[in-house]
Amino acid sequence: MALLDVNNLSISFGGLRAVDNFNISIEKGELYGLIGPNGAGKTTVFNLLTGVYKPNEGIIRLDGEDITRKSTIEINHAGIARTFQNIRLFKNMSVIDNVKVGLSEHFKYSALEGILHLGRFSKVEKEMDAEAMRLLKVFDLDAERDTLAANLPYGKQRKLEIARAMATGPKLLLLDEPAAGMNPNETKELMDTIALVRREFDMTILLIEHDMKLVSGICEKLTVLNFGRVLCQGETKEVLANPEVITAYLGE
Amino acid sequence: MSFLTYLINGLSLGSIYAIIALGYTMVYGIAKMLNFAHGDFIMVGCYIIFSVSAALSGNSVVGIIVAIILCTVLGVTTEFVAYRPLRGAASPLAVLITAIGVSYLLENIALLIYGADIKSFTSVVTWEGVSFAGGELKIQGVTIITILVSVVILIALQLFINKTKQGQAMLAASEDKGAAALMGINVNRTIALTFAIGSALAAVAGALLCSAYPSLSPYTGAMPGIKAFVAAVLGGIGSIPGAMIGGLVLGIVEILSKTYISSQLSDAIVFGILVVVLLVKPTGILGKQIQEKV
Amino acid sequence: MKNKITKNNLITYGIVLAFYIIVEILMMTGALSSHMKGLLVPMTYYAIIAVALNLCVGILGELSIGHCGFMCIGAFTSAFFSRATENSIPTVPRFIIAFIIGIAFAALFGFLIGIPVLRLKGDYLAIVTLAFGEIIKNVINSFYIGIDGKGLHFSMKDSMSLGMEADGDIIVNGAMGITGTPHNANFTIGVVVLLISLFVVQNLVNSRDGRAIMAIRDNYIAAEATGINITGYKMMAFTISAAIAGAAGVLFSHNITTLTASSQYFGYNASIMILVYVVLGGIGNIRGSVIAACVLYLLPELLRGLNTYRMLIYSIVLIVMMIVNWSPKIIEWRKRTFGRVSFRRAKEVA
Repeated sequence: MALLDVNNLSISFGGLRAVDNFNISIEKGELYGLIGPNGAGKTTVFNLLTGVYKPNEGIIRLDGEDITRKSTIEINHAGIARTFQNIRLFKNMSVIDNVKVGLSEHFKYSALEGILHLGRFSKVEKEMDAEAMRLLKVFDLDAERDTLAANLPYGKQRKLEIARAMATGPKLLLLDEPAAGMNPNETKELMDTIALVRREFDMTILLIEHDMKLVSGICEKLTVLNFGRVLCQGETKEVLANPEVITAYLGE
Repeated sequence: MSFLTYLINGLSLGSIYAIIALGYTMVYGIAKMLNFAHGDFIMVGCYIIFSVSAALSGNSVVGIIVAIILCTVLGVTTEFVAYRPLRGAASPLAVLITAIGVSYLLENIALLIYGADIKSFTSVVTWEGVSFAGGELKIQGVTIITILVSVVILIALQLFINKTKQGQAMLAASEDKGAAALMGINVNRTIALTFAIGSALAAVAGALLCSAYPSLSPYTGAMPGIKAFVAAVLGGIGSIPGAMIGGLVLGIVEILSKTYISSQLSDAIVFGILVVVLLVKPTGILGKQIQEKV
Repeated sequence: MKNKITKNNLITYGIVLAFYIIVEILMMTGALSSHMKGLLVPMTYYAIIAVALNLCVGILGELSIGHCGFMCIGAFTSAFFSRATENSIPTVPRFIIAFIIGIAFAALFGFLIGIPVLRLKGDYLAIVTLAFGEIIKNVINSFYIGIDGKGLHFSMKDSMSLGMEADGDIIVNGAMGITGTPHNANFTIGVVVLLISLFVVQNLVNSRDGRAIMAIRDNYIAAEATGINITGYKMMAFTISAAIAGAAGVLFSHNITTLTASSQYFGYNASIMILVYVVLGGIGNIRGSVIAACVLYLLPELLRGLNTYRMLIYSIVLIVMMIVNWSPKIIEWRKRTFGRVSFRRAKEVA
């Protein structure tokens, strides 16, 4: 059974069918790319998958569980984490606190224990710190643990956003244009990071990307969206050789 | 019959709120700031009329003109000195607190010049008004004038915004300052113009307010200012017809609840209306729904 | 880092304690005039409500301009209790219960008001908090409650319609409020309550829940996608904030002979004054709020000699300080002159 199984997903805004009859099936461990020209509906698909928008039609299943009508929060708890096209960090919080927010669901103590700093507080906080540091090390952010997120260089902000998403313990990670605004060096580093995430966490990833080099370099499978519809779907090489895809991109 | 009288009084008070709210909603729409000093411009306008009329032995027309001019100057100056430096500040609270500072400043200047005691204001409208049904229904002159003035202002503002270049520039700048600047609109000048109009309207509202409720103190403008802002929010901030509707609703509700329920609770009811409306429509009656893009 | 936070908190408690000791010494040596002594308790409750408001504005990131309404609820509910039980419960337990009642009612109303308010955003939320603050004040002003042999009487019309027996005692008398609440508050108790408020807020900020609250402030969309229960945490912060404001109210009402729900103490202007403390002390800076509240409360009082000019000076200083501290151009100029480089890399991303 596929980890993510989406059937006939559609949504309209006003008269516009932003996503029309979208299907995708992602197996566990896959690195899957969602590409398409500007305005094709890629981010809308992400927003549907994470419950920001509710679809007019269709079913989304994660690991067999129907998550179609669930809230963003419930979907995160069910196991989908994401990053954003325009980075959305908790800017006025330290790097480690950003990650610890992500860990909240898995390390609990009561509000009263939190306010009094008693009971499980110290023990759980220590465990959280250790876990957060483990994550930060993976992303090579451990030296910046006390830096304010807003003060990180751009590439590291992207990394921190991924680290925070990973902290929620997802089954599926959605990356929305992770290479946007990056220079070639940073993009190269990002590709390494994504590879690392797969290796380290055995993670299934769906990513939106404009950078063809990045996509062809790391994705195993691709889905091409155009005007809200799936234009073509399959192995990366085949998809990129498809004449329709080439037209869609050059005709942009 | 008495109900009709109260209704008309409410309409009149509502018209005053509406005039203030029109200025408020324009300023908020473009500067995106809660201008807590706006109500104090009303008070300044009233004191100017009061002083000028006294000096000219009762000629209030000159007083009104002087008040409109000076309030306009004051509004533009305040914007330039106190608000403009804080445009683009890291927190929107910065300019809010500055506005509060300006409010304190104006109130205390008035306090120094005129003292804390309440001055009795001579109505700028000398017309007695009309009576119907053999004197059973009396409508005061100031009531009629107030309603007329507000209608004229509403129409004039609508025409100004929709038909003139400056008005269109205002609309553009309130939508997106950056894009407006790229289109060659002088954003600073447009904002200054908005403050000028808002302050002039405050002076007019002041003249009408103090004519209907003839007691003047340094704090005269504060509560009407807040209520006008509530009216602007009620109608949907940034919307000119919204401000008008909001003002009228507020005025009528206030007078009727004062009459029929309790004068003690009338403010609570007025504010309660705002709460209820925002619960149903979080951006006011005619406000646009803005969703943040994810 | 953990140690740094603990140290930081301890510094705050230390400053409050040091100030307390200095004041106590001054009192013992008789250096404080009775006018000054009269300012001490108000100073503590303004510091407490500033801490409460900073939790709402700085930590939760929602602008409230009606916080004095919660203070009002705390003041009236606790004063009512103290007046009603003045002759039946000894002072110490009564005052403790009064605190619990004032805090609980303020929290309850914080919760109830939070449900509609927190659905709104930005300035809309702010104006509705103002509205609620005014509503609370007005409603309390129209309450008449009395006790006689038959029990509790309630009216919203006037004291006559309570229909009291001869032995009756009108406790809440409409706009005339509550008279004769026992003066149980003093500077020491004020400082203790302030320390407890600081303890609660600072600990909260450095806990799992506090991080979630600040995450919502910084980016609610990301917080939601990170699995944070937005509504729950907003309610939590708002309710705690209201509860602390209620505690300030208990001190208020037990330090004044006649408690009225007047605009001067509980209107939006009073709430705005607290907001000024919070902003000048630093948004999100809890210690700053305490210091700003004390300094800004005392300053105009100490300038009484200048009388008519003091509020004028205060307002000008306020405007100038805001512009100097916050104007982007002036900040830029300061950076150029003093050579501070920002690490921030401003980059527009599509």
